[in-house]
Amino acid sequence: MAEYPIHEYDVLVVGAGGAGLRAAIEAANAGCKTGVITKSLLGKAHTVMAEGGMAAAMGNVDDRDNWRVHFADTMRGGQYLNHCRMAELHAKEAPARVYELEAWGAIFDRTPDGRILQRNFGGHRYPRLAHVGDRTGLEMIRTLQDHAIHQGIDVYAEHTIVILLMDGNRCVGAFGYDRERGRFKIFHAKAVVLATGGVGRAFQVTSNSWEYTADGQALAYNAGAALLDMEFVQFHPTGMVWPPSVKGILVTEGVRGEGGVLRNKDGKRFMFDDIPDNYKSSTADNPEEGWRYTQGDKSARRPPELLTRDHVARCITREVKAGRGSPHGGVFLDIAWIKEKIPNSIEHIKKKLPSMYHQFKQLADLDITKEPMEVGPTTHYIMGGIQVDGDTQMSSVDGLFAAGECAAGLHGANRLGGNSLSDLLVFGKRAGEYAAKFAKERWAGKLDQAQVDDAAKIALAPFERGAAGENPFAVQSELQNAMQGLVGIVRLENEMQQAIEKVSALRARAANAGITGHREYNTGWHTAIDLDNMLSISEIIALAAIERKESRGGHFRDDYPDKSAEWAKYNLRVTKGGDGRPKVERVPVVPLTDEMKLVIEENK
Amino acid sequence: MADKATFRIWRGGNGTGHFVDYATAISPGMVVLDAVHGIQAADANDMAVRWNCKAGKCGSCSAEINGKPRLMCMTRLNTLDLSVPVTVEPMKTFPHVRDLVTDVSWNYRVKTKIQKFKPRKPDAPDGTWRVQQADVDRPQEFRKCIECFLCQDVCHVLRDHNLHEEFIGPRFLIYTAQLEMNPLDTGDRLKDLKDRDGIGYCNITKCCTKVCPEEIKITDNAIIPLKERVVDEFFDPLGGLFKIIR
Repeated sequence: MAEYPIHEYDVLVVGAGGAGLRAAIEAANAGCKTGVITKSLLGKAHTVMAEGGMAAAMGNVDDRDNWRVHFADTMRGGQYLNHCRMAELHAKEAPARVYELEAWGAIFDRTPDGRILQRNFGGHRYPRLAHVGDRTGLEMIRTLQDHAIHQGIDVYAEHTIVILLMDGNRCVGAFGYDRERGRFKIFHAKAVVLATGGVGRAFQVTSNSWEYTADGQALAYNAGAALLDMEFVQFHPTGMVWPPSVKGILVTEGVRGEGGVLRNKDGKRFMFDDIPDNYKSSTADNPEEGWRYTQGDKSARRPPELLTRDHVARCITREVKAGRGSPHGGVFLDIAWIKEKIPNSIEHIKKKLPSMYHQFKQLADLDITKEPMEVGPTTHYIMGGIQVDGDTQMSSVDGLFAAGECAAGLHGANRLGGNSLSDLLVFGKRAGEYAAKFAKERWAGKLDQAQVDDAAKIALAPFERGAAGENPFAVQSELQNAMQGLVGIVRLENEMQQAIEKVSALRARAANAGITGHREYNTGWHTAIDLDNMLSISEIIALAAIERKESRGGHFRDDYPDKSAEWAKYNLRVTKGGDGRPKVERVPVVPLTDEMKLVIEENK
Repeated sequence: MADKATFRIWRGGNGTGHFVDYATAISPGMVVLDAVHGIQAADANDMAVRWNCKAGKCGSCSAEINGKPRLMCMTRLNTLDLSVPVTVEPMKTFPHVRDLVTDVSWNYRVKTKIQKFKPRKPDAPDGTWRVQQADVDRPQEFRKCIECFLCQDVCHVLRDHNLHEEFIGPRFLIYTAQLEMNPLDTGDRLKDLKDRDGIGYCNITKCCTKVCPEEIKITDNAIIPLKERVVDEFFDPLGGLFKIIR
């Protein structure tokens, strides 16, 4: 039996993006000894890539905005599968979380009277996104990071968790390794917060980095926690499509918020052709009105380019399939056209969208102030995740909390842009607060050496197989192809069945993965370990997507292209069955209170 | 563009190592990080390399490409001479870990020593602040920093003279500058800059500005103004006399 160092904490946070850092700050401020595990270096987590902004109904730009409108927008965007209590808390608490960031050193763009500026975004009725140009995520993570380092939190940079440690149905810590030396460590904690982000690396075209391998979802699932809404994956409508090496990199929705328009190869603004009924009353029916909306005209309705992401992504896919796409299989996103409207458009675009300008100039040799971009859908986000209590963020496992992308509920069937950064803050804080409370009320649970030894043995097995084993990168690449092609933006039952068979075959190959070299910073080894999480969750996504026989939000089925009233009543929950296989079942959607119904009605 | 190119990549751990040549297929629009990933997936599964966003936003994939500190994800192959091998090495200013990965933890330790943001009391009726955009343009420039540490890598005070204990480097001078220039901040870091942070070591060769992938004018907009403030505070004979009389 091997001996591993044991680190003791009241609260252990796995993940150091917006949600993880916010949770850790809250737990530490509650007087808890707090540790944070981060797969990358501190400040590099996925939050850093967020561009557009964080949604909070502060009403700085349009004083008609308030939490009720934000709540109604979020529910409509999520097609009413959202956990309504979370949507309520989110809408009410987001403004305070934004002001708190300012008090910690964030410097947002300003209104003419010196308040925090807010911008338009898809699905939000009023300008609502606090932002810093198009690098809001960087501002947010850096502010949290720079604040956190003075709160007495221990940070384990470049560490990866392999399993959660359990004492019956109680989570009592985690077991993982440091990348640099490849040594195992035990983290013994009274409460654990998962804030590990999403699953995008399971898809080929993605805006997500190597870290997004479904770790939190898989850790929780394997520990017995329930997952929810796993069929709902968000394909962001605008990723780069050319050149090949940058395919999938995000192009912020902020481009459209600032007046950018989508056109097909014939120059037609195709978004006007397909406006869903429940958005007709709030969407412009001519280009002029849409333009006025983006420039702050309160009497104008939003342009159809700012409809929800699921809808825009499908419209783009339709144009491409119908042969009306751009040369490299996307459509055109044009911000340069605003020169017809604004005299100093070049400087204006550079000021409003500096990193987009930079990104296209450097990676695609294209000047967005002069030419249209080519864009197409890219795997961006998963609405589903670990099922949590709306107030406390505790999962169905005692002492295990989840916040941010790895948790489910807030976004329902589709997330509005800008609701993620605010989600991280609102529910990161709550998870930290309630994890701290839990830790103070409970004794530390017991560690079980057998769990640790099993996990270590499995983790090290690829070294024994060596070069004779499967190349883990090859297995990962095949999984990405399968998920992209078979469980992507447009889904069919038989294709998803094929995906499940493929995942099963890949699982056998992954179990035979081999690695050369030693344990120090061995990226092949890290990939081999990550494969298991990705395969488990990919299968669960496909199973849930097969089960939901309708189209709603991010989940579009060619064989069931319409929304069904029956399916509107259920979320899908996935747990590990007694046979070790995923069990998918319908659970009723969290019912709206009478007040919520009223709020939704008054904002129709 | 040729179909194949050769990359001469540093392999090894803890300071020992050697270059290994890898030929890999290339395609239009590729950046150095793509080539490194291609080599890693096919020929060198265990090659250590950091990356995250692949879009110049996170500052993880810093390296020295043909001897120049750069982000691998933002260095396009069509800007390099591919008729000869492209060398890719780890940053030299930090302790080597393995292959292209270095130990940059010194940077994180330095930051914790700098006085944190200390805002004045909220003064607007709604309990927040009013700040004009023009007053935050400058600190916002510095807050674009993605902490790639290329400026630290290229700075001769750190790279050649190893004064890590006496000099915080360009990254943390702009970090200090954004705090000092934030209109809400009430802290005073000038004494620290002079006595502890070694601002005097910078002799404004502007190498840091040249390598900054965010194009922050580190020397002109941050370091020189900070030097001027330090001089005003501590080395101005007339001002000093004035302070004594007052």
